[in-house]
Amino acid sequence: METKNIMIVGVGGQGSLLASKLLGHLLMEQGYDVKVSEVHGMSQRGGSVVTYVRYGEKVHSPVIDEGEADYIVSFELLEAARWLSYLKPDGQIVTSTQQIDPMPVITGAAAYPEGLVEKMRATGAKVDALDCLALAERAGSSKAVNIVLMGRLSHYFDLPEEAWQRSLEAMVPRKFLELNKRAFALGKEA
Amino acid sequence: MKELMLGNAAVARGLYEAGCSVVSSYPGTPSTEITEEAVKFPEIYCEWAPNEKVAMEVAFGASLAGKRAFCAMKHVGLNVAADPLFTMSYTGVNAGLVIGVADDAGMHSSQNEQDSRRHAVAAKVPMLEPSDSAEALEFAKLAYDLSEGFDTPVLLKMCTRVAHSQSLVELTEREEPEMKPYEKRIAKYVMMPGNAIKRHPFVEERTRKLREWAETSSVNRVEMGGTDVGIITSSTSYQYVKEVFGDSVSVLKLGMANPLPVKLIRDFASKVKRLVVVEELDPIIEDHCKALGLTVSGKDVLPLEGEFSQNLIAEKLGGTVHKGRAIEDAIPPRPPVMCAGCPHRGLFYTLSKNKCTVLGDIGCYTLGAVAPLGAMDMTLCMGASISAIHGFNKARGAESEGKTVAVIGDSTFMHSGMTGLANIAYNQSNSTVIILDNSITGMTGHQQNPTTGYNIKGDPAGKIDLEALCRAMGFRRVRVVDPYDLQACDAALKEELAAEEASVIISRRPCALLKYVKHEAPLEVDGDKCVGCRSCMKIGCPAISVKLGKARVDATLCVGCGVCEQLCRVDAFRSVKKEG
Repeated sequence: METKNIMIVGVGGQGSLLASKLLGHLLMEQGYDVKVSEVHGMSQRGGSVVTYVRYGEKVHSPVIDEGEADYIVSFELLEAARWLSYLKPDGQIVTSTQQIDPMPVITGAAAYPEGLVEKMRATGAKVDALDCLALAERAGSSKAVNIVLMGRLSHYFDLPEEAWQRSLEAMVPRKFLELNKRAFALGKEA
Repeated sequence: MKELMLGNAAVARGLYEAGCSVVSSYPGTPSTEITEEAVKFPEIYCEWAPNEKVAMEVAFGASLAGKRAFCAMKHVGLNVAADPLFTMSYTGVNAGLVIGVADDAGMHSSQNEQDSRRHAVAAKVPMLEPSDSAEALEFAKLAYDLSEGFDTPVLLKMCTRVAHSQSLVELTEREEPEMKPYEKRIAKYVMMPGNAIKRHPFVEERTRKLREWAETSSVNRVEMGGTDVGIITSSTSYQYVKEVFGDSVSVLKLGMANPLPVKLIRDFASKVKRLVVVEELDPIIEDHCKALGLTVSGKDVLPLEGEFSQNLIAEKLGGTVHKGRAIEDAIPPRPPVMCAGCPHRGLFYTLSKNKCTVLGDIGCYTLGAVAPLGAMDMTLCMGASISAIHGFNKARGAESEGKTVAVIGDSTFMHSGMTGLANIAYNQSNSTVIILDNSITGMTGHQQNPTTGYNIKGDPAGKIDLEALCRAMGFRRVRVVDPYDLQACDAALKEELAAEEASVIISRRPCALLKYVKHEAPLEVDGDKCVGCRSCMKIGCPAISVKLGKARVDATLCVGCGVCEQLCRVDAFRSVKKEG
């Protein structure tokens, strides 16, 4: 099979590393060759961060380039728009509608664009947008946005529910497991 | 058993399987996780050293004593450790000695983009260069065989995309090599001129033997495909080449960056019509090919700067380039910022307000340079702030002494700030040095250091007293301030800049991200009181924004540090908790 590409984008500190760990585990368990590329260091300090997850029979490059992503999973609306050029012509965006002002917007040097979901759709992109922060809080913690997004993403994958649950159990610390299972279910059913 | 493993974790696993016993490192992105993963193996003694030179010399000592040893650092760390490296090349080793060095093409978290392969060539030390996690593990083990087989330290070169990518690895058992006997060998290990001069021919002969080894070793491999184009490549560039061209081209994949083979390259070149070298950063393989008289393409089409990717390779070498789409709106950049509650913020606000010239250093606080604080004039390398302020003040005299400061973090001060401070104490400039003591090595993700009182495992350890250290060097003016207290910071800064002698201000408060740091309840803004003057915006806190003419606090980010509250003239901030 052709290599499939998932990008996880957001703001440093939002929890994308756990999401990529979960996907990595899930896809490896399915027997795929997998590569996951992460960002550490300075960019993590509130900057724009991206994680690449690639899987298939044999994966070479650890990164995803413009026009190659089958899925972009985004924790924040502006970040979805920032990485839009990485989406394949028929790719799918799954994004939280949360908005976090970057420093140039905070200082007034730039404006946060309005109507991003509609504008992204106008380019022909398939955009699934939902308020993951509200769902995460309903599950019990605003930190569970990452797992709400994974629940939502699971919609688009032809994988049995048990496979996702197994990976959740393997990757999430025990004391947060129930909370994250609720978050996953809320994302999936939303 | 197969596992999905980070490149750096795979190196650590390789150390474990190779029977490595001692690891000493200084953290630096993208190398840090090698040591953080190695410490999880109880069989390996691990530590954070104060800097890379110390780390490398510790590892050398362990090798000399007869145990397999390792040290890790980032590319610029190898500059710090270059001194021992160049002479360890002459002494060789007793038990195997491997040095992990991680380059950062693309400068994800670095101050330059230098190519560590140059160090391997210059020091005449072999260097292995893995292209994924499986090779990282395999090459780490191979490095020990080479080290002991050829009597040499071995460099294991990572790069950001190999270090910070997870891919599949196969695990095996640990080998327990017996401790090598320690023998006193003055001619081999005491590098005074009369001995060293006899070791130099050994080094040259060793390189010849290693080159011969490289001709036939499986670490360098030919993958014949189409013969119109033959590509010589290594590391992550190999992955991009395979991604774009698959088997349509022939590939010579070099796993050893130094020394490079001769016959193998000539043979490969003779089998293809057009020879291309694909390597990030410097043209090292390309120059080698040119020295062999081969006609080769490389940096004439590919950049010397930045990371490669599959689209870049496709664009420059004639593959399929994937194109994306964009919306019309400009997307505002999202640069990294100091976290909400960062203890550096109050101090940098004070420096900005007092229009100080700020000679900076390497760490999270380099972000003090970013708008709206803009409170940094220079960042060069570890420790340079303190050395440079002395030169700056010697050059400009009293005029700059009254408004210039050096800022350096606790870990960076231990790394190489102390020697600069000794110079100020000795050669007497009226300099003001600020140690930003946040009780941790922050930027690389919270590593302990000699001032924190804990070791790499989090167990109690020796703790260096910064105040006592500065006083022992002869500084009479040493004072501690809380950077959350803006008035105290301002008073301390003004007094020390005005003082007629050198002084040290220790700005002390633990990093807000440390787990043991208890946060106050978040603040909120009383919309009736707020007049929208934007005074609170001067500190560049990511938790504060102005919406519809009123300041607003993001309660999910705010940790209640209260710095913004001190800037508000109408008392509009209040604690969420106090108000119930």
